[in-house]
Amino acid sequence: MTSTNNNAKNPLHGLWALTNRELKKWYKEPIILFMSIVQPIIWMVLFGKAMDLGAMFTATDFPIPPGYNPMEQIFGTSDYFSYMAIGMLSFVVLFTAMFSGMSIVWDRRLGFLNKVLSTPVARGSIIFAKVFSAVVRSLVQGGIVLLVAFLLGLQLGPSFNILNILGVFAALFLVCIGLSSIFILIAIRSTRWETQMAVVNLLNLPLLFGSNALFSTKTMPDWLQTFAKINPISYVTDATRQLMLFQTNTNQLMLDFAFLAGFALIFSTIGLFLSWRYLTR
Amino acid sequence: MEEMIVAKGLTKVFNKSLVAVDHVDFSVKEGEIFGFLGPNGAGKTTTINMLITVLKPTEGNATVCGYDIKKQASDVRSSIGVVPQEYTADEDLTGLENILLCADLYGIPKSVAKNRANELFELVELTKFRDKRVETYSGGMRRRLELACGLVNRPKMLFLDEPTLGLDVQTRAATWGYIKQLKEEFGMTLFMTTHYLEEADHLCDRIAIIDHGKIIALDTPNTLKESLGGDIVTLTIEKKDADIASLIEKVPKVKEVKKQDNTYRIKVEKGEDTAPQVLNLLIEKGYKVTKLSLTKPTLDEVYLEFTGKTMREEEETQSGMSSKRIAMRRARHH
Repeated sequence: MTSTNNNAKNPLHGLWALTNRELKKWYKEPIILFMSIVQPIIWMVLFGKAMDLGAMFTATDFPIPPGYNPMEQIFGTSDYFSYMAIGMLSFVVLFTAMFSGMSIVWDRRLGFLNKVLSTPVARGSIIFAKVFSAVVRSLVQGGIVLLVAFLLGLQLGPSFNILNILGVFAALFLVCIGLSSIFILIAIRSTRWETQMAVVNLLNLPLLFGSNALFSTKTMPDWLQTFAKINPISYVTDATRQLMLFQTNTNQLMLDFAFLAGFALIFSTIGLFLSWRYLTR
Repeated sequence: MEEMIVAKGLTKVFNKSLVAVDHVDFSVKEGEIFGFLGPNGAGKTTTINMLITVLKPTEGNATVCGYDIKKQASDVRSSIGVVPQEYTADEDLTGLENILLCADLYGIPKSVAKNRANELFELVELTKFRDKRVETYSGGMRRRLELACGLVNRPKMLFLDEPTLGLDVQTRAATWGYIKQLKEEFGMTLFMTTHYLEEADHLCDRIAIIDHGKIIALDTPNTLKESLGGDIVTLTIEKKDADIASLIEKVPKVKEVKKQDNTYRIKVEKGEDTAPQVLNLLIEKGYKVTKLSLTKPTLDEVYLEFTGKTMREEEETQSGMSSKRIAMRRARHH
């Protein structure tokens, strides 16, 4: 009995097998898919519909000079629901990436990780399988959330055409690669999911609220604006809004994509490097 | 015979102070079943994890199947199979999906993998359950699935970490059967750890007794047992006044004779060969032997001889060192 594995030298072998494993666990359990979509939808329905910020100016006798639109000035659109519904796409990506970090802790605890490490599979594949499965999940979930947002009354902007959807997915793709790399890096040595949960909770609130996902950064204090400027959630949200809601500002859109591409590249490279170093002690 | 494992000064220190494995030297020959025997926390799993390249040695080195575990880790991984202590199969997938996933990790093409999966399910007698989710498997079935996963790349060398831990008597016997089959039918070399003395005795060609990270004895089970001074033959003769001690001492391989009334305790090497010789001699000389018994030392006594404690005592006193054990377990999972 001898081993004849020519593929073992291929640095990417096993990547699809491991990604597929993650995805199988996801699509075989419709309840998980359902739960991961229902949360952003509840946010949209309760938060987006209940906190109709535009109504503060129209449903009151608040004196607004003619030709003056405070909603447009602050949010870039007069429809708050559409504004925050797009923010929910970033929310979906953030939470999916967060759970991909969690799953590596379980793999370690259950011994699956050790088992995989004893096979000739490339160390980088172990990390990237987690990243790619998070990407696939967030794109599917993002697509469904977008569809539901349409049904709930998302209003498309003047520059929208159907190809812009591709741009939206590209932005989500990039930010998900970066974010899930970060969350996996945090979890790479951890054996306790409690710690991981605490860290994730600590990170995810500032990332969400310290961005333009739910509210415009224009009215934020300076220090928070500075944070929002380096927060990748701001860039993915702005890019998707430029494509879906606003009169597209090409320069701004280019900047968003450049930032997202850099973010994805830097953190996935760090992930690859550290997976070599830290998966094995 | 080719040496499948050569370990030299292999050492693992966790957190700069916890010495789990302490300068261990041994070699494993092709085609043998080599056992690491010791209580929980003795450093068995840490040693396995270094050999299968999941942990990096702090000091020392080893070759596995001729490859350096530090420099040629990838070659080591392709040529070995591993059956870990834990149940590592993915519970959410079926048995077949798990095997195919393992095959993919070794880079085995789909068509080959499917045939091999069939053979392996046949071998571990799980064919009926291949399409059931692993979460529905019993403990014994899960162990067998782990074994099948470890064999998917047809390794030259298989590592088994506590292969029968927590199994009932029947499943344990079946597992022993598979292990013997691998050695006898496929000429596979096996490295296993165990803390069951009878398991090591029954299966292993050679045993290393490991305690507190050090190998304290290494030999075949029989030689280890003989090193205790051999077997004890106890016999009683009819005549009370005769002293036959000096007569018995002349039989080759008799080491010591103690007389108590007309009963003799005779320490011998290879009791099953020597006892009949003693008996024949006495009959020849006209003595009538009324009682005869042969006691073989067990590995339990070997363990006692080398560590000064029985294995059970060792595990009990370790509860006092539980903090050390927790640290070690945590470190091991990192």
